[in-house]
Amino acid sequence: MKYVVALVLGLLFGAFVFVVGLIYNPFIARQNLSPLTVTNAQTITLSYSGAVTDHIILTNDGESETKPYPTKVLLLYERPIRQSTVMVTELRDGRNQVAGIGVKISSLSERTDLLGAKALVDSIWYMYLPGKGAYFVEQSENYWTYLRSVVIAAHRSSANVWQGNWHLDTTFGPGALKTAKVTAGSGPYAGQVMLGVESLTTYVYSVSDGPVSAQGRFIIELPSTLEADPESLADDGVL
Amino acid sequence: MCQNWLAEATGDSVVLKTFMIGTLLGIAAAAGGLYAFPAVDQHRELSIISVLPNGGNTESFHINVPMDRIMVGAPGQHEPVPPGLIWPTDELLADVRTELFKIRNSRDTVVGVAVRNAAKADTVDLIDWVLHLPARGSVFVNMSPDAMEGGYRIGKFRAGTREFATLTGTMTESWIVDTSGEEDAPDGRIELFLRFVSVKEPGK
Repeated sequence: MKYVVALVLGLLFGAFVFVVGLIYNPFIARQNLSPLTVTNAQTITLSYSGAVTDHIILTNDGESETKPYPTKVLLLYERPIRQSTVMVTELRDGRNQVAGIGVKISSLSERTDLLGAKALVDSIWYMYLPGKGAYFVEQSENYWTYLRSVVIAAHRSSANVWQGNWHLDTTFGPGALKTAKVTAGSGPYAGQVMLGVESLTTYVYSVSDGPVSAQGRFIIELPSTLEADPESLADDGVL
Repeated sequence: MCQNWLAEATGDSVVLKTFMIGTLLGIAAAAGGLYAFPAVDQHRELSIISVLPNGGNTESFHINVPMDRIMVGAPGQHEPVPPGLIWPTDELLADVRTELFKIRNSRDTVVGVAVRNAAKADTVDLIDWVLHLPARGSVFVNMSPDAMEGGYRIGKFRAGTREFATLTGTMTESWIVDTSGEEDAPDGRIELFLRFVSVKEPGK
């Protein structure tokens, strides 16, 4: 009997060691900064608040750590959409002026590979910037280091809150350099396919409420072949 | 030394060996389980696609109004959807109406989420749709603002992801008023009819 007990305890201990090793694997490097953050090309920089209550709406299956907002929003409880989140938010330009509306739809990715430190989310953005056109963004994002450094850290905290300053370029593809694919549907760049990258800076994360203080940013690299109106670019908050 | 101490403590070094073998098995089992079983498995509904006689495919979705409406984002609403919605009052967004819906397939099963954005861009109206089907991908459609004879609008695929990345085609939107007279029936439904053809092989 004692051998069976020892074996079962060993199995549990082994599984525990594996999980701890997976989460705190020192060989998993933090994602490098995207090349778009240091590009010489003209860019549009859009930002949004990452705090749930700053969004216009946020909805999911209602069982996720991030609570839907407002509270009476229709939930995505049907099986095909249960692992999705929809967020509608106000987008601001580089001068913190309202630039447009952004809708982000994210679904957990079946390419998620926890052994390879890939907690992937397939997400799309629809951005409408009045006077500047509509943009469709395709990207996959990797939240592994965010989960490890912010979410799990918040769970480990006795107050169930994480506070700090955590920055991450979440975009993981489909571009070879971990860039998103941005298609302009209308406006001055209509028909152009561009590169983009999204980043997230988190300041406060609560286990009960999700991100309490956070800032999202999306950079779109403008095509170099198009002569753009400098005044219009200034309005866009081009760097 | 540690081993000796534990062996003495348990009175049997075989117990310790069993524990260590269990530990190794536990590590292997956890790794194997994580490798073998996907962490994410999206639920799939069967796609209901028809083949056109001259090539290409069609697929239709619909939205039951008002049940499938998640959000109506527009300025000056007396009864916002959802209740509690605070739409930005910035003048820049005065001519923008953004709506969010759940979309259903021909069997009336919810299969995805859609965004419809209507805006007045300078003097031109703009209507865009984005359909997102989590297990399949997304498609971005730019509609012609003028309604066709028969009251429907037509638009072109502008971009797509995953399953829709290799497709080109059109989509029509039309409003069908419910005439069933049933008590729980919706006011009507928005019909989305896609016609598409693959322009390249996946991965090329």
